[in-house]
Amino acid sequence: MHSSWYLAALLVVPLLGALGALGAARTRDGAYRVAVGASVVELALALVVAFLYDPHVPGAHTLDFATRHVLAAPFGLAYDVGLDGISLLLVVLTSLVLCLALLGARERRREPAFVAWMLVLTACTMGSFLAQDGLEFFVFFELTLVPSYFIVAEWGGAERARAALKFFVYTFTGSAALLVGLIYLAVAHQNQVGGALTFAFSALAATTLSHGTAVWLFAAFAVAFAVKSPIWPLHTWSPLAYAEAPTGGSIELSALLAKLGSYGLLRLAVGLLPLALVDVRPVLLTLAVIGVIYGSFVACATPDLKRLVAYSSLAQMGFVTLGVMSGSAIATEGALLLMFNHGVITAGFFLLIGFIERRRASYRISDLSGLQGPAPVLAALFTVVMMASIGLPGLSGFVSEYLILIGTFATHAWWAAFATLGVLASAAYLLWAFQRVFHGRAQGPNENLEDARPAERWVMVPVVVLVVALGVFPQPVLNRIAPSVHQLVAHEIAAVHP
Amino acid sequence: MSLTVPSIHYLALLPVLTTFGAAVVLMVMSALAPRPLRPAASLAVVLATCVAVVVEAAVQWSYVADHGATTTIDHAVVLDGFAVVGTVAIAVALGLSALVVFDWGARARVLGAEVPVLALASSAGALLMVQANDLIVVFLGLETLSLGLYVLAGFDRHRTGSSEAALKYFLLGGFASAIFIYGAALVYGATGSTNLSSIAYFLGTNVVLRPGLLYAGGALLLVGFGFKVAAVPFHQWSPDVYQGSPTPVTGMMASIVKVGAFLALVRVLVSALGTQLDTWRPILYALVILTCVVGAVLGLAQRDVKRLLAYSSINQAGFMLLGVWTGSASGAAGTLFYVLTYAPVVVATFAVVTLVGGVGDTRHAIDGYRGLARRQPWLGGALVVLLLSQLGAPLTVGFYAKYSVLSATLSSGGGALALVALLSAAIAAAFYLRWAMVLVADDAGDGAERVAVPRATALAILAGVAVAVVFGVWPGPVATWTQHATLLFLP
Repeated sequence: MHSSWYLAALLVVPLLGALGALGAARTRDGAYRVAVGASVVELALALVVAFLYDPHVPGAHTLDFATRHVLAAPFGLAYDVGLDGISLLLVVLTSLVLCLALLGARERRREPAFVAWMLVLTACTMGSFLAQDGLEFFVFFELTLVPSYFIVAEWGGAERARAALKFFVYTFTGSAALLVGLIYLAVAHQNQVGGALTFAFSALAATTLSHGTAVWLFAAFAVAFAVKSPIWPLHTWSPLAYAEAPTGGSIELSALLAKLGSYGLLRLAVGLLPLALVDVRPVLLTLAVIGVIYGSFVACATPDLKRLVAYSSLAQMGFVTLGVMSGSAIATEGALLLMFNHGVITAGFFLLIGFIERRRASYRISDLSGLQGPAPVLAALFTVVMMASIGLPGLSGFVSEYLILIGTFATHAWWAAFATLGVLASAAYLLWAFQRVFHGRAQGPNENLEDARPAERWVMVPVVVLVVALGVFPQPVLNRIAPSVHQLVAHEIAAVHP
Repeated sequence: MSLTVPSIHYLALLPVLTTFGAAVVLMVMSALAPRPLRPAASLAVVLATCVAVVVEAAVQWSYVADHGATTTIDHAVVLDGFAVVGTVAIAVALGLSALVVFDWGARARVLGAEVPVLALASSAGALLMVQANDLIVVFLGLETLSLGLYVLAGFDRHRTGSSEAALKYFLLGGFASAIFIYGAALVYGATGSTNLSSIAYFLGTNVVLRPGLLYAGGALLLVGFGFKVAAVPFHQWSPDVYQGSPTPVTGMMASIVKVGAFLALVRVLVSALGTQLDTWRPILYALVILTCVVGAVLGLAQRDVKRLLAYSSINQAGFMLLGVWTGSASGAAGTLFYVLTYAPVVVATFAVVTLVGGVGDTRHAIDGYRGLARRQPWLGGALVVLLLSQLGAPLTVGFYAKYSVLSATLSSGGGALALVALLSAAIAAAFYLRWAMVLVADDAGDGAERVAVPRATALAILAGVAVAVVFGVWPGPVATWTQHATLLFLP
């Protein structure tokens, strides 16, 4: 077992960075430099942790770096962190996305406050992925709302006030159900076992529940996570919020915060309440498939690039939900991998859209045409990211979608069959949008569009490298996450077929 | 006929005596002093009183911890852990309010010692309420608390709104007191005593065959309390009174009255009428839902921040009632935690509103706050934190306050009730956030002048923010304390 101080550092570094950025607000570019420094340190730490991670610590159930300290006994509040294969990729993604957002989508208006909020948001997200305790998870999960609210509300587009409020109230309402469900579960556990109130995942997973109760609790959890993910039909906040947020905020919301939803669904709903799966599985699988198809079709009809990516995310997150709910270890691994890949790909998309917006002050498809002529590098980068998102073999999106689909075919064939239609549709809407934006003749201000600058090219390098590397050689990553996934799925199966 | 003087345990009475004594001393000082008393002198007296009360509470705590809870003056007044925590909450709220009143008085040219005297007297009433073990004593405390506030509500003689608030509060408050005392009389008729312990003993050892009288009495008591804590449907006075009263006084109403009335309500319902749990719980169930939902929904329509905070405090009262609804020790601890942490936060919120209100106490439109956090990051940031705490965002103490009553509710099997309450918090979030949004919005650039932040008020705001953040990060000590206090609760 490695020391838990690594994880504490992962939580503290962004917070120190935020303080440092505010402290350096007076000097020119000081806040930005401090923030970038902190994010690079954070990424390095996350990579170190990912390499050190040992899934075979005796008696730790694939957890590493774990520790638990009770903070407020009457409330059952504890600092309980640990890392396993399920959070591993997301921890790396959290720090990576922060780096990309800071380097590629610099926000010059009131920069110190902006970077400070971004760093705080990273700390909260990191905390949610590292928490091994329900209440602690909830605190971090809920806390992500505050920085993201202010990022959208202060730096967003014309309709930012409405977007931010809608986002907050939707998510807050969902979390209300989650909190009630969590407390209910913890109280039930306390009534069975006695002793102090505890929210530790390991303890809650051992609670004996009646079938009906498990279904109700699952529903309460699922509402919260469906809003966050988003899962159709609770997605309606997301296109507005993604479109109105500043580029950095869109990246955080779609690449990262959305993953909190599917992560929560896997870790808390499926992990703690496998008993309910018999009943809720068909419902959620159906919603996931509807999300895949609905998202793809609406994406065809959206007038602007940011909404296009928002609806495409709805479709991609539908695939993730499919994998999470499939009950197959392969598909669950695929879902975890897709969470990571989708994070990288969406970050890439929003960065590129941000580059275009910076030049043309618009991301409406009808304002853009023939950009390939004046900006070939930009077009090439867009092509790579787009192909990965479509699921071209050899790129990362293919591997994860393929794993999800074959895993789900084995357990729930019909749903997988319908979801496959979504893969085709994604090719349609992305290629069509690409055609309208990059092909044809550049007219008006599009004619003299500046191509990607060196700094912009460099930011896209990690995206392209990851998209290719995980497309060609995903096995080492899968090996690291497999033990935890197998353990979770075995727990699931044991509960469903006792 | 001989009159026997019951034994008096002075330690139990000390906070009430100190506070009321300070009020008398300050009044006499201001009357006898050759020159008008300096406001700083009144402030010093009030703060010294608060410190003294907190020290006395510490002594009381150690006494209770060693000897257990006890009653005195023929069991009319109780000394237990619950009362001690309530005492501290009131002392803190009074001290912070006094700081705000000091600067407000200097600005509004209200320099006499009357406001501090009345504030002290009102607080003495609230202190008596949290220690009351007899319906008559509850009533005494309630009236002492209210009388001072009736006057304070109308203290801003330049504004007709203030006089209107005072009249409204006085008339409706008078009705509520009459209803309360009538309820006490009926309960006395049904049980033969006004003493809470005797009522509980009577009801525990006798079967009430015709409970009509008891039920009517209990219902009237509930109406009286419902009025004082502004529970829906007895809340109609509160937005008008909150809006009309001088803003620091509104802060006192939202803090001290809530502490006194809620702790007395817990005592009456849980200790005296605990055997009738199944009768009053459905009524409270409806009250909680109405209070939470109506407070949150009507709050959405407000454009005046004082009215907005009135509806916010109605919504918060719904959560405090939630802890009472459980009728359990953990629910009582939850309510205690709630009032203890809510009081400083709400006083600090009204302190900011006082400052922004400006001379004449009139700038309370929500648009007057546009860009405040940009122009004055510390003041605006403090208000954002205070609003987030009332919203119940994690890492502020408001989250744990809501959490503590919710977990008690779920332990008592109120899953649906907890969900409704929390959904109302999600509705309420919309108006807190809309205000926060105005605060951080781009500066209107219309040359809105900087809000002056005098030192004493700054201290009060800082204290409120510190409570919100420090106990939001580290709620353990307060949670343990309120839980112990409730274990030392004398049923």
